Amino acid sequence: MSARKPRTLFDKIWDAHVVETLPDGTALLYIDKHLTHEVTSPQAFEGLRMAGRKVRRPDATIAVVDHNIATDASRFGTIEDPESRVQIETLERNVQEFGVPYIPITDKRQGIVHVIGPELGLSLPGMTLVCGDSHTSTHGALGALAFGIGSSEVEHVLATQTLLQKPAKNMRITVNGTLPLGCTAKDIVLAIIGKIGTAGGTGHVIEYAGEAIRALDMAGRMTVCNMSIEAGARAGMVAPDQTTFDYVKGRPFAPKGEAFERALAWWKTLPTDEGAVFDREVVLDAGDIAPQVTWGTSPEDVLPITGTVPNPADFADEAKRARVERMIQYMGLTPGQRLQDLKVDVVFIGSCTNSRIEDIRVAAAIVKGRKVADGVRAMVVPGSGLVKEQAEQEGLDRILKEAGFEWREAGCSMCLGMNPDKLKPGQRCASTSNRNFEGRQGPGGRTHLLSPAMAAAAALAGRLADVRDFQPQG
Amino acid sequence: MQPFTTLTGVAAPLPEANVDTDKIIPARFLKTIARTGLGKNLFANIRYREDGSENPDFILNKEPYRKAEIIIAHENFGCGSSREHAPWALLDFGIRCVIAPSFGDIFFNNSQKNGILPIRLPREICDKLIEDARMGPNARLTVDLTRQVVVRPNGEEIPFEMDPLRKHLLLNGLDDIGQTLQHAPAIDSYEAKQKAAQPWLYA
Repeated sequence: MSARKPRTLFDKIWDAHVVETLPDGTALLYIDKHLTHEVTSPQAFEGLRMAGRKVRRPDATIAVVDHNIATDASRFGTIEDPESRVQIETLERNVQEFGVPYIPITDKRQGIVHVIGPELGLSLPGMTLVCGDSHTSTHGALGALAFGIGSSEVEHVLATQTLLQKPAKNMRITVNGTLPLGCTAKDIVLAIIGKIGTAGGTGHVIEYAGEAIRALDMAGRMTVCNMSIEAGARAGMVAPDQTTFDYVKGRPFAPKGEAFERALAWWKTLPTDEGAVFDREVVLDAGDIAPQVTWGTSPEDVLPITGTVPNPADFADEAKRARVERMIQYMGLTPGQRLQDLKVDVVFIGSCTNSRIEDIRVAAAIVKGRKVADGVRAMVVPGSGLVKEQAEQEGLDRILKEAGFEWREAGCSMCLGMNPDKLKPGQRCASTSNRNFEGRQGPGGRTHLLSPAMAAAAALAGRLADVRDFQPQG
Repeated sequence: MQPFTTLTGVAAPLPEANVDTDKIIPARFLKTIARTGLGKNLFANIRYREDGSENPDFILNKEPYRKAEIIIAHENFGCGSSREHAPWALLDFGIRCVIAPSFGDIFFNNSQKNGILPIRLPREICDKLIEDARMGPNARLTVDLTRQVVVRPNGEEIPFEMDPLRKHLLLNGLDDIGQTLQHAPAIDSYEAKQKAAQPWLYA
């Protein structure tokens, strides 16, 4: 490739990490940072042990528990669930045996792996970063190439610090204009998935660009990149800019002093060159976006909150019609029903998509001085111990608790139904998480994905509600 | 990893799009530290009723599909979570091949690393194979990786594409790590160069 050919952000990071290109075009790609957790690593460490292999770069690896832990005080005692306990004990044994740095549950830096990576400065612009979790795309918000891998690949990275990869295609999603009142990063990404579908980004790395993306703070960019996988793309990225550099500077694991200046000089070369060609381009106008909520069991089944439940009869394709019928039945809906008339049982504000301090501030501003509707269980689960501490310093926990929210310890919680926080069959949940698949939040549970602001409004109304009717008071 | 050469077996029709990995194996079954034993939990939320009994309407609870070794599905099979428990559960049940118009990227990679062959074929061909699969005990398809063809019960051969490196690894049951470690000197020299240019990555 000629050095003068204009390159994308993805191309530049990719090229800088190719160790070798095999004859068939597969690249041996160097991995700068590897985050691990209790659920997808046990089989990988076991594989190393059986083959007598070591972790090549313990200094480039870090482990944390997040998926299967309880988010109440019980987590600090003996973990009740025997399988969860074994999984956590296995991780603790593995990190010790292989010399991998570890953040235990008692450490206030513990939290969801995709929250603590950026927060601690472990994730940096220009990096290749992987984790055995599909929402690793989150870290692309810093201008990194970050993607989720399976356990065999976790083992491969532990043993070799590389992955065998075919280059992805380039896709750019440009969001022009300014977001209207009541809309946030979550509404942008839900609108994107609604437009391109859950397979719209398959085989591509998405670069998010445009005025509305530039205007987002880092938390908002993380929310957008986080759900790239829901659009089928393994990775999403935002070119690093002053917002990024200001965010990274001073974080515990970020380079300091002269090293920071050197890093900054390289990071500034990363944005996509003028004239670089994308395999696919999608353009949206932020001004057309209204607060979004999903009604079905795939993130692409999303509508503005002012919408109504679709009618299967309106779908010409037989397979699609059958799918809509199935979704309506599973979700307990009626065609033509107003989304705002759907009563909710549970409101969940948390997950690697929306559990950062900025998300909690937005929710607290809306519920301040108001009360959660009768019969609704509303919970806020901070993304990390540090987010929790910050929120408490700002008094947000008090506002939320006074309104009737549960204020819990950091973890993946009700996003995925593998720890004690689960929906009961038939329960309807307004959730700031990322997947509304059947049974995702617990068998038979019904998930509506939305922004933290919309979740706060749903908690107050006891039904899906338009946040524009619940603006902060006083 | 068990090599994949030629497979002749029962194919189960699953004409659904977006069969996500939460559906293939719900998260509550991920609390294992082993790769094996997940077959009983494959598709648990739709395969079993709330009381734990089998859902007689689900395809894998019907004869002859209880012994299915191939699944034919619609678009975006294996989308969602990166959990390798999805291919582990399929493999433990006995599935060695999934044919669909498209796959979730991570699932596609994870499958190949466990000796499962994911094959991309156009939707109209998948629909033909689904019709074949519905022929019950006669629903046997042959998948020949060496020749890169799927053979229908009527003898028609359908070619499919396959990455040459992946084909080599699957045919021989080789894992990636051994392959990569042959390039250890290149990794060493990459690290030396990177450490000089970007020392903050080695702090």
